[in-house]
Amino acid sequence: MFTNFFLELRQAKVPVSIKEYLALMEGMAEHVADYSVDDFYYLSRAILVKDERNLDKFDKVFGHVFKGLEALPAEGVTAEIPEEWLRKLAEKLLTDEEKKQIEAMGGWEKLMETLKKRLEEQQKRHQGGSKWIGTAGTSPFGAYGFNPEGVRIGQDKNREGRAVKVWDKREYKNLDDTVEIGTRNIKIALRRLRKFAREGAEVELDMPDTIRSTARNAGYLDIKMIPERRNKVKLLLLFDIGGSMDAHIRVCEELFSAARSEFKHLEFFYFHNCLYEKLWRDNRRRHVDTYPTAQLLNTFPPDYKIIFVGDASMSPYEIAYPGGSVEHWNEEAGQVWIQRMADTYRSMVWLNPVPERHWSYTPSIQLLQQLSSNRMFPLTLGGLDSAMKELNK
Amino acid sequence: MKFTGTDSYVASDDLRVAVNASIALQRPLLIKGEPGTGKTVLAHEVAKALGAPIIEWHIKSTTKAQQGLYEYDAVSRLRDSQLGDERVKDISNYIKKGKLWEAFTSEQRPILLIDEIDKADIEFPNDLLLELDRMEFYVYETQQVIKAEQRPIVMITSNNEKELPDAFLRRCFFHYIRFPDREIMTQIVDVHFPDLQRTLLREALNIFYDIRDVPGLKKKPSTSELLDWLKLLMVEDMPPESLRSKDSKQLIPPLHGALLKNEQDVHLFERLAFMARREQRQ
Repeated sequence: MFTNFFLELRQAKVPVSIKEYLALMEGMAEHVADYSVDDFYYLSRAILVKDERNLDKFDKVFGHVFKGLEALPAEGVTAEIPEEWLRKLAEKLLTDEEKKQIEAMGGWEKLMETLKKRLEEQQKRHQGGSKWIGTAGTSPFGAYGFNPEGVRIGQDKNREGRAVKVWDKREYKNLDDTVEIGTRNIKIALRRLRKFAREGAEVELDMPDTIRSTARNAGYLDIKMIPERRNKVKLLLLFDIGGSMDAHIRVCEELFSAARSEFKHLEFFYFHNCLYEKLWRDNRRRHVDTYPTAQLLNTFPPDYKIIFVGDASMSPYEIAYPGGSVEHWNEEAGQVWIQRMADTYRSMVWLNPVPERHWSYTPSIQLLQQLSSNRMFPLTLGGLDSAMKELNK
Repeated sequence: MKFTGTDSYVASDDLRVAVNASIALQRPLLIKGEPGTGKTVLAHEVAKALGAPIIEWHIKSTTKAQQGLYEYDAVSRLRDSQLGDERVKDISNYIKKGKLWEAFTSEQRPILLIDEIDKADIEFPNDLLLELDRMEFYVYETQQVIKAEQRPIVMITSNNEKELPDAFLRRCFFHYIRFPDREIMTQIVDVHFPDLQRTLLREALNIFYDIRDVPGLKKKPSTSELLDWLKLLMVEDMPPESLRSKDSKQLIPPLHGALLKNEQDVHLFERLAFMARREQRQ
């Protein structure tokens, strides 16, 4: 059963290894979780999950594998009741009169006794009615019905305080990395893109060199200094702005502010829909204060890493034909400019805020995907991570 | 050795199981969670509950893994050699023990807290793999092996600023401290301020969770901030009514400085509170 659990976790892309599986076995042998499903759930979660992003996946697998293992809610009742009997069908409301009748049936002990008796008598799935155990009936036994003194059996909801509830609730849903993206998270992803180098003023004591030169100096101290380690990655961000990008403005802002604080050498420009011969730095003065793309290609050396941010959703003409731009007459087609960028800069990625599963429905996205030689990534944490890996190559 | 929470720390079931698993199986426990949910405090409380000494190693961006093991003070040895000091002949005089060394040689099984491991460089956790796994390391200068006689209980906290390498995670158990819900929060407050007025607490918690629900806050107030705020309210002897005041002049809760930590958040909250009031009046 546990092997199965382990394999299903791996299938659900929760990264678990044999080492962790053995640790779980060890934990069971040490009686950390003593015959309690809740404790077992907590123990296996602590051992097998190493990142809050995987907690939701874990909950799903756990719920699936150990379905039916939950302890019965009522104490002392050990009969096994097929789940299908109790499947939710309807919520039945009774009249006040009927409610009173049921209240008159007797206390808890009597109920339990009757339940046991009925369990023995009953052979088939039952629904409705007022005696047999089943769903939506007025008998005191069963689920989803109404009986003020009723006993609940095998119901998914309303089990306060049980771990069963915890994994059914899937509280960690938000932490899945394909969902949410925030400045802090982006920064973490951007940190992959670091290349340290010692350049500039010498401020740190270089221990090995000091010792070496002191020894050479016949034992007299000869202090050597070296410059501090700094990130020397240079980044050029090109944002698509306006039009269809308005819907993605928040995520772009976050990406921008994260990138800004992370990189010392960061330049950014805006474009609209597709890259043409002009870019601009200040969106308010976009028609006055433009920057020729040709100049950009000459100004920034090829060791700059280029990140395009745009939804790439437009008419294919805007990319493929001269004069295709929606705003002005462009002498050369957008794809020519993109190709020039790709030729100049070795490291180039395109981040797309449109969810990846919609990409195949938009021809212009596929076109740009080809132009950037398949280096288009979705603007999610996972996508950003792969994009940074690509830039680091 | 079993940890069941203390009279000054409310531990949820899952946290308790995780701590006990890491004690029983002698693996490091990695704790993540929002700032202010009691990650660092946990180690202190476990130490208190088990009566074990605690050794704290606070990580900064410049901390190197080697510093946790030992440091060799070459400069002072060089200086001593020039001064003709006798101590120079024995290299072990210049070896400074790090926190891990301290923990490995402690007489009683200690708790080693490695605080905010994500602050260090990306490679930092990788440099500690062997040391945390086998609980031993080698001192090159004196050619001795330092081995833990009793494996310390290692607790590591992280604020998630950097992702930790897989190989490191494999060796740890993991617990994510969720933000406490109302019920647990009441217990936590009870533990800290047993004689707090019920009504005041209720009003304060209402405001607290309302603030946390405000969308777009830069920094959501956390448990430790709630406790600070309650302390302030008690010191100032605020009546519960003041928290409920319908006075339109007073839009945001009294002493909000303890809860909202930057001016954008205060502005945002003021604006929202103003809008809410206006709707109420209509």
